[in-house]
Order: sequence, then structure tokens, then C-alpha cells
Amino acid sequence: MNAFPLLSLLIALPLAASVWVALLPARAARPVALGGSLATLAAALFLVRFFDPTATGLQAVERLPWIPALGAEFHLGIDGIGIGFVLLTAALVPFVLFAFPAAWCRDRLTFSLVLALESMLLGAFVAQNFLLWFLCYELTLIPAYLLIRLRGGPGRHPASLQFLLTTQLGGVALLIGFLAVQRAAGTFDLQELARMAGSGTLHATLAATFGFAGVGTLVFALVFLGLAVKIPLLPLHTWLPPAYAEAPTPVTMLLTGALSKLGLYGLLRLWVPLFPEELAAFRPQLVLLASVTVLASAFTALVQTDLKRVLAYSSINHLGLCTLAIVATAHGESGAARAGLQGALLLAINHGLTAPALFWFVGLLEARSGGVRGIGSFGGLRAVAPVFSGTMGIALFASLGLPGLNGFPGELLLFSALVPISPWAAAAGLIGLLITAVFLLRIVHRVFHGPVPAEHAGFADLAPGERRLAFAAVGGMVVLGLWPRLITDLLVAAGKGWIG
Amino acid sequence: MTPPTLMLLSALGGAIVSALLPARGAERSARVVALVASLATLGCALAAYVGFDRSAEADALQFVTEIAWIETPRIRFLTGVDGIGVILLLLTGIVGVACVLFSWNVTHRPRAFFAWMLLVIAGACGVFQSLDLVLLFLFYEAVILPKYFLIAIWGSKDREYGAMKLTLYSVAGGALVLLGVILIAWQKEAGGFSIPALAGDRLPLALQLWVFPLLCVGFGVLAGLWPLHTWAPTGHAAAPTAASMLLAGLVMKLGSFGILRVAMPLCADALPAFAPALAGLGAAGIVAAALVALSRRDLKLVIGYSSVAHMGFVLLGLGTLDRIGIAGAVLQMFSHGLIAGLLFAVVGRMLYDRFHTRDLEALGALGPGRALPAVTVIFAAAAAASMGMPGFSGFIAEVSVLLGTWKRFPWLLLPVGFGIVVTAAFTVRALQVVLGRTRPSAAGETPDLREPAPAPAEPITLAEKLGAALLLGTSVWAGIFPQDLLALSLRAIESPMLHGIVQTAEGLAR
Repeated sequence: MNAFPLLSLLIALPLAASVWVALLPARAARPVALGGSLATLAAALFLVRFFDPTATGLQAVERLPWIPALGAEFHLGIDGIGIGFVLLTAALVPFVLFAFPAAWCRDRLTFSLVLALESMLLGAFVAQNFLLWFLCYELTLIPAYLLIRLRGGPGRHPASLQFLLTTQLGGVALLIGFLAVQRAAGTFDLQELARMAGSGTLHATLAATFGFAGVGTLVFALVFLGLAVKIPLLPLHTWLPPAYAEAPTPVTMLLTGALSKLGLYGLLRLWVPLFPEELAAFRPQLVLLASVTVLASAFTALVQTDLKRVLAYSSINHLGLCTLAIVATAHGESGAARAGLQGALLLAINHGLTAPALFWFVGLLEARSGGVRGIGSFGGLRAVAPVFSGTMGIALFASLGLPGLNGFPGELLLFSALVPISPWAAAAGLIGLLITAVFLLRIVHRVFHGPVPAEHAGFADLAPGERRLAFAAVGGMVVLGLWPRLITDLLVAAGKGWIG
Repeated sequence: MTPPTLMLLSALGGAIVSALLPARGAERSARVVALVASLATLGCALAAYVGFDRSAEADALQFVTEIAWIETPRIRFLTGVDGIGVILLLLTGIVGVACVLFSWNVTHRPRAFFAWMLLVIAGACGVFQSLDLVLLFLFYEAVILPKYFLIAIWGSKDREYGAMKLTLYSVAGGALVLLGVILIAWQKEAGGFSIPALAGDRLPLALQLWVFPLLCVGFGVLAGLWPLHTWAPTGHAAAPTAASMLLAGLVMKLGSFGILRVAMPLCADALPAFAPALAGLGAAGIVAAALVALSRRDLKLVIGYSSVAHMGFVLLGLGTLDRIGIAGAVLQMFSHGLIAGLLFAVVGRMLYDRFHTRDLEALGALGPGRALPAVTVIFAAAAAASMGMPGFSGFIAEVSVLLGTWKRFPWLLLPVGFGIVVTAAFTVRALQVVLGRTRPSAAGETPDLREPAPAPAEPITLAEKLGAALLLGTSVWAGIFPQDLLALSLRAIESPMLHGIVQTAEGLAR
């Protein structure tokens, strides 16, 4: 690839737009924010255009010395693991900005924070040095916290506090764990560390530096703990439902669409490649943990009555399934193992389209009904708001994995890999999927069918602007459901070259 | 004349001119004199920082000035700086200018106020460049009197108590240091008190084992060494804004600098015996102070305890006896000087001077964040820096200290990690004051962004904005480009004067 610093540009564009929005007069906030996010999307598409999916190793690499005293380097690069998430984030943010209701269009702070969050997310998806990655990873917290704390619903105070502190706890565990790796290996470079781990020297160096054999396992556990909070896995998930429920709907869309992928991406970038021995040793326990997450979150979603909470637990369920596939199949020799990874990536990326759309629909329900979002408060909307019900119905079916929609290819790929490798994990995942179908169909049944309650008789269908947004999202679901190769072609080499 | 000496003289000169100003119009003239003097010190510090020769063959100690002073005992005006000294002089210059900017509204006895303030700055300059043990001790003690007056005359609630407690602790710590110096003098009088010479030709080990605890605890009192830290929160809370900034930003650094410059190199052979205790007390300070900060309602006390927690990282880093750990301690001194200064400026000058309460609940009820959006932005940035968020100087400092801790005391990482999370908790709790209270409202209602501002307050002045920008900008600069600061420290640690510290530790590891 040419020497043009495309990845730096990808980080800098939303950051510059964020600063610009904060400094401009309020009426320019929305146009400038949209312009910035669309320019970022253009840069991301340009990157995808020149991305060679078959090559192993990093592309569009940029390296500059940064803090040699700490082994930190400004090292950016993109490969099959990161490209999908970059594309997802860049594509999601314009949707998020469109989803803000007209009353918010002069709110500079919100738009500025959303763009800052986008910049840090993109940075985390392309950073190849731990310290740089951690910088971006941690700095997503500040805008996310402020967006919930300052602009959220009535329970925003405890929700934002819990979000910040739990994530910070995970971040500290992750950082402390990784510092042991740096202390032993003398570098923060993730590619270099993966190479060392592949040849078995990382494990030996850790044990030799600290003088006890268990240090590898300890570090493995600390890094996993940090990422498990972020994904989240049970029992570390309690911050997520209140945070998603209290945040303003567009912010929740960004949280569930892009921010929730950071933990998963962290697993793939700095946990799976670095600890192959430990992963093999603890695979049964990890599979059990991920299975419990899948099942328990599905059952919890079943008994929730708040629609946003149902969706929040459904999100945990999907990401748990991705985690399950990763821990069950990582480092497998067969082609099926690689298919498991690709299935997890595909499912995660499509979740990034479906889940934000569902939160947006629930946000519309809430706004039109004066703040009600109980599953039993609605009924018969099919009759009064057919377009709304139709598009939201398609999104619900996409979420439960109906063939022909975007959720299906990922699940198919994932389960076809999981069944031969770990039948029990596959069984747990399938049961989870079944329950997901139950609670999503229950939403369809309770909200769209039956008699219309008197207070919702005047429920307005989608306005033209909303309609365009809904059609774009649903269109994306159909297109990606019918032509999953649009994404899978980018992922063919994902995970190659982990073991150097 | 070298830049560091010139820096000392400009602060001293500023103090004298300020004290001698005519009474008429002193409110304006004193602060202008102080600003000019502090800008001159900053200029000298920058000249020293830029002019410091970083090439491989350059001497570790530069800008050395030697003037004969007393023949017997042989005490000289011997000054000079290594990389660590340069970093701390830079901090002194920056904090000095920020203090003047945040004291722009002082009208009560302004000439004396600015004179005492410049004397504290001059004393800090002197300590950071002294290479003669007795000279260093004289500068160190010279700071006590000005800070007493600053608190006792210009302080707020409980100022007599705070000032007296702080002075007694300082004097007691100074007495321990003096005892240590006397023991050294008894053994080494003939050769004079040059610190590099004393570090090269050390005391017998048996005596080092006595001298190190005296010096370390004596200096440690000022550095907020747990459990001798209790002067700090009460003193900080009672002090006027500029004095809190000076105390947290500079005076606490005098203590940790004393440990690094005097106690550790002069007693390097005794270090393996005491380093675990130093690191353990540092870690205890991080956890204990963070927990106490979480329980306090007085905003200034919260910030005061946070200073103790942050200084715990300095002591922990020094206790690791590891290159990167000590470099992290130096970076943390620099970083904490900026961030603590900024936090005290926000709480003391921007909030207390306008709303006249420091109680978390009462202040939050006045809605200062809505009245003064600039304060919200500055406080949020300062809180992020204080929490150790990446991108600010504190993060790199903490990472370096933790790297050193992994090397020497891995089990200490558990309490320290807990302390970092508690630090985030109390910092966010303090930040709630400006983020506003949770207003019960109907679900799904978009927050009304045009709510009228409560409790009208005087807007943030230009001087305050400049001061905040100076401190925040430096913290971000050091957080994103820390390489030069780390390299300066690492180079100094390799110098003949400090090399003994890491050498003994490595001998121990072998």
C-alpha cells in the first residue's frame, strides 16, 4: 500500500470534527458533525477498497517512534480482524447522528462527544501497540460516561457511575496484567508479542523474569478479566443493562453497535494470540463461562418487561455467543476452527447493524408514547403504524437469525464450526438461540398484534425522514443477508499469522 | 551566571521588590511584580530545560556553580542540576506562574502575600539545584516560615489549626533530617558536604542503617509518607488557593526529592533493607488516602487526600529501586505538581471564591456547572488527569511506577490496583458537583438544554483561563510526549551520583 497515512487520517478526521463542532456556533453543530462522520466513512470505504483480503499480516502500516523508554511505538495497521470493525464504526456513526431528534440538533456537546468517541474507537481498532491501543480503549470511557451522565434518562447518575467504575476496574486489571508482559518481553508491540507467543518464548520469558511458573496464567486471567467486563460476560455484566437503558437512544445505538465490540476485538488482538498454551489449558472452563453467559442472558431477557432491557440482555447474549465461538475454536488446526472465528466476526459485525436499529425503534416507541417502553404497554401497532411495525419486525427477525436476513450467515458459519469442535458448546448456544427467538417473537406478538390500547390509537407512523433511516437499515439487513460475501470476503485471512 | 541560579535570584528579587512596594496601589503593583518575577523564573527554567545537554558524552550534572562560603565546616554554595533537577525546576516555573495567575484576586495585604509566595518558589528552586547537603537543608527549612504565614494570614476555615499542624510536622521532619545530616557531618566533616562526593564515598554500612531511616522519614513527612501525612489534607484545606497549589505542587515534591537526592544515594548500601518498607508505605498511602477521600464531604479535603494518594505512587516508585520505577516516580512528581495545582485552583479559586462553600452537597445544589460551563470543562479534564486516564501525564507516570513494581514487589499490585479504582471513584464523586444533580423527570424526555442558570456567579476571568490552560496543556504535553522527560530521568539515574541506588538493588537481585 502507498505511504499515505490513511489510518491516521481515519482517527484524525472525527477528532478534528469533534473539536470543530465544539468551537463553532450551535447551529452549525449537526451539519459539521455529519460532514465529519461522512468524511470518515469515505476514508473507511477507501481503506476497504485498497484492502487486500487474502494477504496475511498488517496492511496500511504506519510506524513512528513514540516512547522508546517504555517500548511504546505509534504503530497502526489493519488486518482481517480489524477491517470489519472499522467499517462498522465508520458506517454506524452517520446513522447515529441522523437518529438524534430535531430538538437535539443544536447540542454541540453531544455531537462533539459522539465524534470523539468514534475517533477513539477507530484508534483502538487499528492500533498495533498495546499502549496506543489502551490509550484509545480507555479514552472511549470519558465521552461515553459524559454522554450517559449529562444526557441520559432519570436513572443516569447511578447508571453512568456503575458503567465508569466497573469498566475502570476491568481496565486496571487489564493494564496491570499487560505490564507484566512488557516487563518480561521489553516491548508493547502486539505483533512482536504474538510472534514470541507463537514460538513459545513469551511464556518462558514471563516465568523466567518473575521467577514463578504461574505468572503466565495470572496475566492471562487479568487480561481476560479486563476484557470480560467490557464484552460483558456473566457475572460482570451488571453495568450494561442500566447504561443502555438510561443513555439517550442514539448513544445506546453507538454503545451497542460499536463500543461493545471493543472487548471482543481485544480478545482477538491481545489475548488469543498471546496466550495459546493457557487458552488450551483453560478452554473447558472458558467455554462453560461463555455458555452460561449465553444461556443466562437469554433467560433473563425472557423475564424482562422493559423493552430496552430486553434488548440489552439480547446484546449480551449475542456477544456471549461470539465469545463462545472464539474460545471454543481459537488456535484450532482445522479449517472449521477458522470458520468459527469468521463466524464470530461476521455475527459481531451484523449485530452492529441490527442491535442499533432495534434500539432506535424502541426509542421511537418511547418518544411517541411519552416515555413508556414496557412490553405490555403496547398492542396492535400493526394496524395503526404499518411501516413502523413492518421495518421493526424485519429487524427483530434479523436479530433472531432468520435465513435471508443478516443475522443468519454468521450464525450458520459459527455453528457449523462449533458442532464438530465442541458439541456441548454448540448445544448451549442453540438453546440460547431458541430462547432468543422466543422473547423476540414475544415482542412481535405483544407490540404489533392484539387490540390497540386507547392511549396509542393515535400512534404516528414513521415520518418521511425516519422512514428513510428505517429503510436504509432494513435494506442493509437484507443485502447483507443475501450477499454475506460483502463482509466475508474481507475476513478470509482473519486469524492467519497468529502463530508466527 | 547559569539559568538555575538566575531562576533562584529572580524569585528572591521578586519577593524583595514585592515587599518593598509602596502601599498605594499595591493591589495592582504587587501582582504585576509577582507575575513578572514568576515569568522570569519560568523563562530561566525553560532555558535550563532547553539548554541542558542531552548528548551521550555530556556531564550528568550541568550548570554547576561553586562559590566558597564557610571554611570550617566546609560549606559551599554548590549548585547544579541533573535531568531530574531540570524537570523539577521546570515544574517550579510552571506552578509559580499558575499560582500568580490564580491569585490575581488577592486584595488582602497583597505585597506580603506575593512576597511570601515568591519565597516558597525561591526555596523550592534552591532545593532542586543544591548539590551541597547543608545548602539543600537550609533551602528546605527556609520554606517552612513563608508557608506558615500564607496559611495563617490568608487561609480559610481552621487556618490556625492547619497552619500550626503543618508547621509542627515540617519542623519535626526537618529535625530528623538535621539529625541525619549531623551524623554524616560527624563522619565526613573534613571532605565537605558535596552530595556527589558523599554518594561516591559512602558512610560505613552500620551508620547508613541509622542515617537512612532518619533522612527518609524526615523528608517523607513532607512527601506525605503514610502514616505521617495527616498535615497535608488539613493544611491544604485551610490554605488559600495559591498556597494549596504551592504545597501540593512544590512543597510535597521537596520531600520526595530529598529522599531521591540525599537519602537514597548517600545510603545506597542500606537501601535493600528499607526499600520494601518505603514501597509498602507508598502503597498503603495510595489505598488509605483514596478510601478516606471517598468518605469526605469537604471538596478541598477530598483533593488534599488525593494528593497523598498520588504521592504514594512517588514513594512506591522510589521504593522499587528500579530504573523505570524511579523514572516513573520523577514523572509522577512533575505530573502531580500540575494536576494537584489545577484541582486546587478549580476548587479553591473557581468554586469556593464564587460560591463560598466547599461542601459537596451544598455546592452541587448551587449548580456551579450550569452557571460556569468553563469550570465544568476544566474540572472534567483535571479529574480525568487525576484518575490516571491515558493522554495525561499521570498515566505514563503510573505505568512506569507499576512496571517497576512488577519487577520488585508484584504482590503490591493488588492493593495498588484497588487504590487506582478507588481514586477513580472519589474523583468522579467530586466531579458530580459540576455535572449537576439528577433531576427526576419523565422517562424519555429529552433534557432541556436551555434551563436557566442558577446562582449567578462572576464569570471565569482571563487569568484563570490562562493558568488552567498552562497546567492542563503541560500535563497533556507530558502525557503524549513523555519520552524526553523519561530519558532525562533515566540518564540521571545512570549518573555516578545516583547509580549506586540501582546498583545495590541489582546486586541484591543477583
